[in-house]
Amino acid sequence: MQTVTAIGLLAIVLAFAVARPARLPEAVMAVPAAVVAVLIGLVSWSDAWSELSALGPTVGFLAAILVLSHLSDAEGVFMYLGGVAARVSHASPQRLLGVVFVLAATVTAALSLDATIVLLTPVVFATAAKLGVRARPHVYACTHLANSASLLLPVSNLTNLLAFAASGLTFVGFARLMALPWLVVIAVEYLVFHRFFASDLGTPARPRAVERVAAPRFALIVLALTLAGFAGAASIGIHPAWVATAGAVVLATPRVIRRWRSAGRILLETNPAFCAFVFALGIVVLAVRHHGLDPAIGALVPEHADLLGLLWVAGLAALLANLVNNIPATLVLVPAVAHSPGLILAVLVGVNVGPNLTYVGSLATLLWRQILHAHDARPVLADFLRLGIMTVPACLVAGVTALWATLQISGVS
Amino acid sequence: MKIIAWLTDGTWEACVDATAEIASPDDEVTLLRVSDPELTEGLHGAYAGLVGRGRHRHDPGDAIESASRAADEEVLAAAGARLGRPATTETRRGRLEREVVAAIGDASLLVVARDGDRSRVGPHSLGRATRFVVDHAPCALLLIWPDEPDRTLPPEPHGAPKDPGAPKHPPHGERPQPPGRS
Repeated sequence: MQTVTAIGLLAIVLAFAVARPARLPEAVMAVPAAVVAVLIGLVSWSDAWSELSALGPTVGFLAAILVLSHLSDAEGVFMYLGGVAARVSHASPQRLLGVVFVLAATVTAALSLDATIVLLTPVVFATAAKLGVRARPHVYACTHLANSASLLLPVSNLTNLLAFAASGLTFVGFARLMALPWLVVIAVEYLVFHRFFASDLGTPARPRAVERVAAPRFALIVLALTLAGFAGAASIGIHPAWVATAGAVVLATPRVIRRWRSAGRILLETNPAFCAFVFALGIVVLAVRHHGLDPAIGALVPEHADLLGLLWVAGLAALLANLVNNIPATLVLVPAVAHSPGLILAVLVGVNVGPNLTYVGSLATLLWRQILHAHDARPVLADFLRLGIMTVPACLVAGVTALWATLQISGVS
Repeated sequence: MKIIAWLTDGTWEACVDATAEIASPDDEVTLLRVSDPELTEGLHGAYAGLVGRGRHRHDPGDAIESASRAADEEVLAAAGARLGRPATTETRRGRLEREVVAAIGDASLLVVARDGDRSRVGPHSLGRATRFVVDHAPCALLLIWPDEPDRTLPPEPHGAPKDPGAPKHPPHGERPQPPGRS
C-alpha cells in the first residue's frame, strides 16, 4: 500500500510538472506532496531532514549560478559573445557553426544549460540574422549542446550537481574525468550537424560590416575568477556554492549600489520556486526509493564500472530520462550506483545526453505538447526528432567509451 | 507577367538581381518571404523541457519569434531597395515548400536560387524545400546559382573502359574536382 501511495505521489508531482495547469510553478504540487509523504510516514522526519541538508549546498549552488547567469546577461556578456561570433565567422555559415559550438559548449559548461537555452540562443539567432546566414543549424546547436555539452563540470547541469555529492569526487576530479567524454560528445554532435545541415551551411558567405561590441570587462573578469575559484576553493575544503555566491554578490554590488530596489529583483532570479521544487522532489523520490524502488533499481544496475557496465547504466539512464525527465531519473539512479564514481558519471552521460532524443526533454512532455496543440495544428518537428535519433545513440556510445578510457588511465572505478 | 521571387537567407540577393534583370517595366513583381515555425516551436519545446523552472517570461521561443518577424521585414525592405523598382511583398508562415507553391497562385514565373550543398553538383545543390518547389511548382521557374559556381558538371570519368552500357557520369552527388585538376 505504502509503495502505491509513494509512486502515486511521485506520479502526481511529475504529471503536474509536465502539464503545468494555469502555468503554476511546479513547486505548487511538489511541496505539498513532500509534506504529505512525511506526515503519513512514508519518509521519517530524520530522513527528510538529512535529505534536505544533503540537497542544501546543491540547491544553493544552483540558485547562485542562476543569478550569475542573469547578471552576466544584464552586463552584456551574451551580446558581447554574439558580437564576437559575428566577427570571427566572417559571415561564413560553416565558421559560424564552429564558433557557436565553442560558445554553446563553454556557456553550458560554465553557467549551466539554462543559460545556453534562455540567454545564448536568442543572441545566436540575432547574430545569424544579422549576417544573413540561415539560423536553423546554429539555433539547433544551442538546444542540443545545452544538454550534451553539460558533462564537464558539476555546475553545468542540475543532474551533475545532484550526483556530485554522492560521487565523492572533487570539483577538479570530476572535471578531469569528464573532460574527454565532453569533448568526444561535442565532436560527434559537430560531425552529425555538419552532415545533417549541409544545405543550410552551404549558402555563400556575404561578409558585411559588423559593429564592435565593447567587452563587458568587469563581468568577464568576475566570471573567470569565479570559475577559477571553483577549482581552488574545493582544494581548501570550501564548497563551490560559496564561490558561486561570492561571484554573484560581487557582480550584483555595483547595480545594487546604483539602485537599492534592484536587489529584490536580483534575489528573485534565484528562482525560489525552482529551488523549492528540487527540495520537494528529493523527498518524494526518497519515499519511492524507500518503498520498493531501491531494490528494483539495484537489480538493474551493474556492480562494476567495466565498459559493458558503463554502457548499460548510461543506456538505462537515457531511457529513464526520456520516459519521465532527467531530474527524477538522476535522483533515482544515483543512490543505486553510489558505490562507484565511474558508474555515477556514466549515469550522468545518460541523463544529460539522452534528453536530446526528443527536443522537449522527455516523451511525457512530448506527448503532452502533442495533446495540447492537437487543435492548432502545430508542426510535427520531424527535423528535431531525426536529429535526435542521429546524435543520441552515437553520443552515448562515444561518450561512455571515452569515460571508460579515462577511468582506465586514471585508475578510478 | 506576374513574377514571384522567393527570398531565402544567404541567397536572396542573387534572386533579386536576377529578377531585376529579366523583369520588364510592365511586369508585376512580388517578393516572397516564408518562415518555418518549426524553429520557434522547437525552442518553446526545449524551454518546456527544462522542468521545474516554473516561469515563462524567459521563453527564448518568444524572443526568436519576434526577432524572426523583424528579420523578415528587414530582408524584404533591403530586397525592395536592391530591386530598384516597384514590387509588392508577401510574408507567409508554415512549411516552406508548401507555402511557396501555395503562394504562386496565378503567377507565371518563380525565381528560385539553388540553396543546397554547393560543393556538390547535381541534386545536392538544391535544398530539400527548393527541390520540392522545383518539382511541384505549377508555373515556369528561373533557377539560378547564388554565386558563380566553380563548375556545374561532374568530372568526366577517364581511364574507365569504354563500355557502352556503363553510365556516362559518376553517381550524382560526387564532389567535383576544382577546374583543371582532374
